[in-house]
Amino acid sequence: MSQQASVLANIQEVRAMIKRHKMHDTIFAIIGLLALMVGLIALLTLFIDLVVDGYQRFNPEFFTNFPSRRAAKAGILSAWVGSVLVMVVTFLAAVPMGVAAGIYLEEYAPKNWLADLIEINVSNLAGVPSIVYGLLALGLFVYTLDLGQSILTAGLTLGLLILPIVIVSTREAIRSIPIAIREAAYAVGATKWQVVFHHVIHYSFGGILTGVIIGMARALGETAPVITIGALTFIAFLPPSPVTDVAPFINFEWLTSGFTVLPIQMFNWLSRPDHAFHINAAATGAIIIVVTLLMNGTAIWLRYKIRKNIKW
Amino acid sequence: MQANLPNNHISKRLAKNIRRHMFERFVELLLMLAALSAVATTVAIVVILIKESLAFFNTVSIVDFLTDTQWTPLFEDAHYGIMPLVSGTLTTSAIALSVAVPIGTIGAIYLSEFASHKTREIVKPILELLIGVPTVVFGYFALLFVTPMLQKIFPELPGFNMLGPGIVMGIMIIPYISSLAEDAMRAVPMSMREGSYAMGATRFQTAIRVVTPAAISGIIAAYILAISRALGETMVVALAAGQQPNLTFNPMESAATISAYIVQVAMGDLPHGSIGYQSIFAAGLVLMLMTLTFNIIGHITRKRYRENY
Repeated sequence: MSQQASVLANIQEVRAMIKRHKMHDTIFAIIGLLALMVGLIALLTLFIDLVVDGYQRFNPEFFTNFPSRRAAKAGILSAWVGSVLVMVVTFLAAVPMGVAAGIYLEEYAPKNWLADLIEINVSNLAGVPSIVYGLLALGLFVYTLDLGQSILTAGLTLGLLILPIVIVSTREAIRSIPIAIREAAYAVGATKWQVVFHHVIHYSFGGILTGVIIGMARALGETAPVITIGALTFIAFLPPSPVTDVAPFINFEWLTSGFTVLPIQMFNWLSRPDHAFHINAAATGAIIIVVTLLMNGTAIWLRYKIRKNIKW
Repeated sequence: MQANLPNNHISKRLAKNIRRHMFERFVELLLMLAALSAVATTVAIVVILIKESLAFFNTVSIVDFLTDTQWTPLFEDAHYGIMPLVSGTLTTSAIALSVAVPIGTIGAIYLSEFASHKTREIVKPILELLIGVPTVVFGYFALLFVTPMLQKIFPELPGFNMLGPGIVMGIMIIPYISSLAEDAMRAVPMSMREGSYAMGATRFQTAIRVVTPAAISGIIAAYILAISRALGETMVVALAAGQQPNLTFNPMESAATISAYIVQVAMGDLPHGSIGYQSIFAAGLVLMLMTLTFNIIGHITRKRYRENY
């Protein structure tokens, strides 16, 4: 009789324990969800804060005015033009180089010390703080190669900065192509380069594009290295136009022009004590966030689409 | 058949083969050169940093550099002690980590062990979006949103302080830790979880006592890589932590970090070759060595866990 009672009591204890543990489970699930939300909530707060502070500047003049000593008249014309031109150089520097390096590492490199050395360097470069790239650019591009504090210098610097991103995404895209595709091409007599050029690059295009977009978004928002090379912050002129009306219709003077970019313009306005300029900084920040989120969002969406449409 | 073909046809084909072969080798060479650019970049970084730092250490003794408690290279009474900048860097990074490590880890556990497939499909891209937000924007957040809010709790907090930017840096790093730690946890084989569930454990117990210990080296690697990111972070601290080198570990005070100092000097117009110009390279070398150490330890730890399963 008493044994039965103790068994019953035991069962009750066990049930209580199970209940307790299940409750812990639920409590942790809620905490976990909240922890995941912290970043998102912070980003939303930040974005709303920027829009609330800066909305008065969202008018066409803000995009067509040069920076000015009067906060209300100041605009971001030189900054966004500078950003676009720097991005062009960054793209031309990083993409061919990064894709070629990725192809070499995946398709050509023999398993030897050289390939290992390159691999170690790529993963190491991805972890170098961006300000150190700025120092590299200051010592190498600005003074050793004498390129000056120009759009060319900034573009090359950011190009080096995003090179690891392009290389890694190229490799990942290439790695996902089944070996059978290559074997089929070899079987009909294609050379290695023909296999790579007609098939590998072709099928990995989407994946590479994803990496390139993410890299370009990163370059667009990078501030520290561009400040370090000495980008001027008060620029009330535009670089010479890349397209002219006389032959040969293209000129490269803009490459050596002084410039500013969006994040530097924002940094400059933000580091002034006058609150009126902080409004401009907020508006610029909102624009930077929207553009980078759109670029990153496109890249992520693209990758999702590619994964869904994969044919092998 | 072959014998019936005219001779010059065969030699033409052979010639084409050689051309093809040459072209192949040429392409391979070009691709290899592109890949070597990664090595060249590393070499260039090391050479530039060491070259300018050597010039710096011609003027300043290494002992002074490491032991002097003041950093005033641009003042008349110049002192070159890196310690104040290092203390600022370490303090802001420590605050960032004390925010990011607990929240990031809990997020990772939830994502890996609790979240449904659908939740994960939604949350992972959002984490990636958060990693992509430019840091200068977070600087605005630290300076004009978080610090004023903290001043309501601590009225004596100065406008420039290390607490606000530290917290914001922490928020920036959360998705990074969550994402890396989750990768490590997902690498734990399903059979280990199934064993735990079969014993009657809850998801929470399985996560804490089975999955986390099994993935611990990967999780620690995530922390270490996050430390290295925090150390090198520039814009948030340059904007919101102040520009005065200050040998303190008190988060309520203002202090410059190594990266903030580099930005501050680069903004001014320092002549090439001056001691001020050289000082940013010496500071950069210290920063590079600090982050490199953590990166290497992180990668080694990460490799180890990958080989386990």
